[in-house]
Amino acid sequence: MHPKGDIEGGPAVSQIETFYDVMRRQGITRRSFMKYCSLTAAALGLSPAMVPRIAHAMETKPRTPVIWVHGLECTCCSESFIRSAHPLAKDVVLSMISLDYDDTLMAAAGHAAEAAFEETIAKYRGNYILAVEGNPPLNEDGMFCITGGKPFVEKLRHAAKDAKAIISWGACASYGCVQAAKPNPTQATPVHKVITDKPIIKVPGCPPIAEVMTGVITYMLTFDRLPELDRQGRPAMFYGQRIHDKCYRRPHFDAGQFVEAWDDENARKGYCLYKMGCKGPTTYNACSTVRWNEGVSFPIQSGHGCIGCSEDGFWDQGSFYNRVTDLTQFGVEANADKVGMAAAGVAGAAVAVHAAVSALKAAQKKTQTQTSKEEA
Amino acid sequence: MSTSESGLHDVDESDLATVSRQTSVYVYEVPVRLWHWINALAIMVLCVTGYFIGSPPPSMQIAEPTHQFVFGYIRFAHFAAGWILAIGFLGRVYWAIFGNHHARQLFYVPIWRGSWWREVFFEVRWYLFLERAPKKYVGHNPLAQLAMFCFITLGVSFMIVTGLALYSEGLGKESGLYALFGWVFTLFGNNPHIVHTYHHLGMWWIVIFMIIHIYVAIREDIMSRQSIVSTMISGTRTFKDDLPD
Repeated sequence: MHPKGDIEGGPAVSQIETFYDVMRRQGITRRSFMKYCSLTAAALGLSPAMVPRIAHAMETKPRTPVIWVHGLECTCCSESFIRSAHPLAKDVVLSMISLDYDDTLMAAAGHAAEAAFEETIAKYRGNYILAVEGNPPLNEDGMFCITGGKPFVEKLRHAAKDAKAIISWGACASYGCVQAAKPNPTQATPVHKVITDKPIIKVPGCPPIAEVMTGVITYMLTFDRLPELDRQGRPAMFYGQRIHDKCYRRPHFDAGQFVEAWDDENARKGYCLYKMGCKGPTTYNACSTVRWNEGVSFPIQSGHGCIGCSEDGFWDQGSFYNRVTDLTQFGVEANADKVGMAAAGVAGAAVAVHAAVSALKAAQKKTQTQTSKEEA
Repeated sequence: MSTSESGLHDVDESDLATVSRQTSVYVYEVPVRLWHWINALAIMVLCVTGYFIGSPPPSMQIAEPTHQFVFGYIRFAHFAAGWILAIGFLGRVYWAIFGNHHARQLFYVPIWRGSWWREVFFEVRWYLFLERAPKKYVGHNPLAQLAMFCFITLGVSFMIVTGLALYSEGLGKESGLYALFGWVFTLFGNNPHIVHTYHHLGMWWIVIFMIIHIYVAIREDIMSRQSIVSTMISGTRTFKDDLPD
């Protein structure tokens, strides 16, 4: 997959082709290449002045080797990634990064694949990016996820040891996702809780948006550093705003016009899905701007609320279809309103009973004593 | 004692039997009373609008969305009242430092003092109808003080912190407010939805306080040996008898 260069007498990376070389070799014209650079700059929110810099980087920088490993996951991240509709991305991005190991995409299998894995680590020590899809289960010594005959957690630690940086693809690697949902029997653990000594960028979502994935990779290759991250380690350019902040149905939210039932007139008119449990107001992602499948649509546009798939522990936040969701802390399934109303009801009833007893006591005292002054 | 002695014009013998030399103490200074009532109003607005933010009222068709801002106004009222609550609370903290010592009761609870706890349990027994008469206090009695601390000092602080954190999300992650309160989300499992849930539960915590507070204030006004409700209006505590404990 990568050119077999001589690693003696110089840094291995100098032996690798540049992105531009690969693109030209694949028959992409310079004109298309420049278009790609300007679209990438636009996608990353950079000024037009950055286009020559991107082009220069792509022409001169060696391709960065990427090892892409899969733990407990469903491969939806890969499925999303290969559908990147960004111009040229589906043809180019896979070539422009030197994807030296990806057990689901590579031609090699079995021992040949594992050999490529070891070879890449040995050859580009400290220079490759480790992309992790899925997460390692830690229970029973990691036996719930075996790849290449070994627990995945061992493979992850091995690959992470010499990595330059780690990308946590999707909700699994970033937060744990469905396999880490309560009670999490396999003790599936997000990457940043297993690997603590490497820079980690989280690209959450189930799956993340294809253009977000390619955008993050492009940024890292172009500028040779991680993009600006938020408090949680997500790239701020894609996870800086909530779905709600850029939702095209937001005017209906502010107007107080909501879908009340899935089959009502308001649903047909495209009103706000807040009452149907839309998690857009608590979800940071680029769905309402970048959208999905070549910008065709995103869940809310299709008439379904956001389920908050790019937020931590989204499976454990109760129903996708309620705003005020159930709490599990009280041992019963009840939401904040039920718990609160029950508690307030008890308080109210107690107050009423107490008031009645107080009145009776006062009356009793009055009859027992001749003058109220003595007891006052 | 007669009409001329007592200075009361319409007393008869039975009235005179209950007359005592009433004492009064100025306890709640103007800033405390002002804060109390502004706070009460703000909390009322916050509870009603907050409940609607969690469970919006039925959809309305007044105009095109461009000209209709119903839910926007509900949220605006919530945020405005929230800021009043938050700034009022800061003012209250200021007055706890510079006001009289009664103003400090909400922030200084002597839980390490045995005598204080004995008085708490005395009040508990009074409410369980196990004591014949309550004790007299110029400020809050220890049980009231404990309740105020848990419900108001801690409760309102919690609501202000979680509320400002949620509000900062609307301002954006670059906002100064998010820089100040972004840690709240880390504390609550990195998911803003959890913060919404606890903020919602906090509302019920305050509602329970309101129920108990109003009942107890009225009950004490009638049954205790001192004024309660009027004290928060005039600032003066009056006592109904001159008896020692």
